[in-house]
Amino acid sequence: MNEREVIETLKMIQEEKLDIRTITMGISLRDCADESAKKSCGRIRDKIRRVAGRLAAVGDEIEESYGVPIINRRIAVTPISLVAESSRTDDYLPFALALEDAARDADVNFIGGFSALVHKGMTGGDRKLIDSIPRALAGTDRVCASVNVATTRAGINMDAVSLMGKTIREIAEATKDRGSVGCARLVVFANAPEDNPFMAGAFHGVGEAEAVINVGISGPGVIKSALEKIRGSDLETVAETIKRTSFKITRVGQLVAREAARRLGVPFGIVDVSLAPTPAVGDSVAFILEEMGLESCGAPGSTAALMLLNDAVKKGGLMASSFVGGLSGAFIPVSEDLGMIEAASRGSLSIEKLEAMTAVCSVGLDMIAIPGDTTADTIAAIIADEAAIGVANNKTTAVRVIPVVGRKAGDVVEFGGLLGRAPVIPVSRFASSDFIGRGGRIPAPLQSYRN
Amino acid sequence: MKAIITVVGKDKVGIIAAVSAELAGCGVNILDISQTIMQDNFTMMMSVDLSGSSVSLKELKARLNGIGERMGLVINMYNEELFNSMHRV
Repeated sequence: MNEREVIETLKMIQEEKLDIRTITMGISLRDCADESAKKSCGRIRDKIRRVAGRLAAVGDEIEESYGVPIINRRIAVTPISLVAESSRTDDYLPFALALEDAARDADVNFIGGFSALVHKGMTGGDRKLIDSIPRALAGTDRVCASVNVATTRAGINMDAVSLMGKTIREIAEATKDRGSVGCARLVVFANAPEDNPFMAGAFHGVGEAEAVINVGISGPGVIKSALEKIRGSDLETVAETIKRTSFKITRVGQLVAREAARRLGVPFGIVDVSLAPTPAVGDSVAFILEEMGLESCGAPGSTAALMLLNDAVKKGGLMASSFVGGLSGAFIPVSEDLGMIEAASRGSLSIEKLEAMTAVCSVGLDMIAIPGDTTADTIAAIIADEAAIGVANNKTTAVRVIPVVGRKAGDVVEFGGLLGRAPVIPVSRFASSDFIGRGGRIPAPLQSYRN
Repeated sequence: MKAIITVVGKDKVGIIAAVSAELAGCGVNILDISQTIMQDNFTMMMSVDLSGSSVSLKELKARLNGIGERMGLVINMYNEELFNSMHRV
C-alpha cells in the first residue's frame, strides 16, 4: 500500500463526502397475508421486527469498523397491495401504520413498499391501495409509496396515470400544512426496478428472496474533485476519470454490502451504483456538470454532459461489483441538490430541460416543486410523458413532483433535512385534460426499427 | 484485523515513541512503518495487526485521538481492507 493511495482514500472520506448512502434490507411479506387485516398487520410488524431487528446496529458496527459513513438504514417490503389483498377490508391505512411502527422499532428513517404494480391493469387490492395512499402518507412520517404505471413490455396504463395525477393532488392537500411534503414520499414509476435500495421508490420485488441486503453508494463530491484536477482536458479524459473514480467508490460499496450481508446472515443482493446528491455543499450532481464546462446546469449541453457522466459511472461501477442493480446512475432530484436548486432559481433549469435530461440518466422528474394550482390532469400528463421516455428507451423513469398548495412559480419551499428546499418551477399553462380523459392503454412500443 | 494508521502534523520529538508506546500498551503489533517529512510536516504511515489488541477498536481510536490532541497531530486509523478493495483489482 503506498502513501498516495492511502491519502487519496482518506481525502475521499474526510473531505469529498464519500459515503454509503443507504443499506436497505428487502423483506418479503408474502407470508403475512390474512383474511383479517388486524392479524395481517400484526404479522407484518412481527416479521419486520424479527428480520430487521439488528439492521441499524450492524450499520453502526460497520461504520465503526471501516470508518466509512453509512448515512441511512432502510427497509423495503413486498408491495403491500399483494399482501393486503387477501384481507377483508377496503381501508389499507392500518397497513401503513403497521409499517410505520415497524420502521420506528427498527430505527430506520424510511420504509418503502406501500406500493402497487399496475402497468397493465389494476386488481381490487391495487385500487384500494392507491385510494389509501393520501391518508397513508399524511398519517405517517416514514412510509414511502410507489406505483408502477408502465413497462416497456406492457405499455402505459393511462387509467392508472390519470388516477395518480388525482392521487398526487390529494396528498398535496392532505399535507398542505407541511408544504405538501407528503408528495415527496410517492414515486410514480415506469419500469420500476425490484431491487432499488433508494427511497422513496424502494420495494422488495416478487422475484426476490425472503430477505436481502442492497446497498446504495454515492459520491458526487469525489467525482467533482477528480474532475477539478483535469480542468481543460478533452471529454475522453473526463469519461475515463469518472470511470476510474466510480470504480473506487463502488468497491467500497461492495465491501460494505458483503460485510452487512454476512453480519446479518442475509444474502447480498446488489450494489446500486448511483450518484445521489444531498443538499450539502460539495455533494451535487449539478456541480459536476458545471465542472465539465457548463455555466449553469440546464444550459445547452447539459443532456450530453449528463449522458457522459451517467454512462461512465455505470462502466466504472460494473467492474467493481459482482452484482450491480437498482437504479444505478446519476440522480437529478432538484430539491436535494444544491447546484440544481441554484440552477432552478436562476432560471437555467426548466421542467422541460429536466425531462430531456431524464432520457439519459437515472430515474426522472425528481423532487420538483410545481405550482399549487397545477391540475390533476396536467400532473398526469407530466407522468405520461416521463413514462413514455422510460418505456420507449427501455429504462426506468419516475415522477416525484410536489404541487405545493398555496404556492406559485418563483416561491421557495423548505422541506427540511435530506429532502432539502425547492424553488417552485413553472409548468405549461396549456391543458392536456382531453388527452388524459380518454383513458385506456398506450400499447407497448416496437423494439426493433429503432430510429 | 489489520489497519492503516496515518499520523500527520508538525514534526517534534517523540511522535513515533508516543504512538508506538500506546500501541504496545494495547497489545497492537506494528507490521510496517514508513515515515517522511513533507514540507515541514511529519507524515507517518503504519500497518498494524489488531488481532492481539486488548481494547476495542473504538477505544483504540479514542486513545490515538488523545495523543493527536496532546501533540497537535491528526491521527487516523482505517481498516486495511478498505484500501485494498479500493486500490487493488
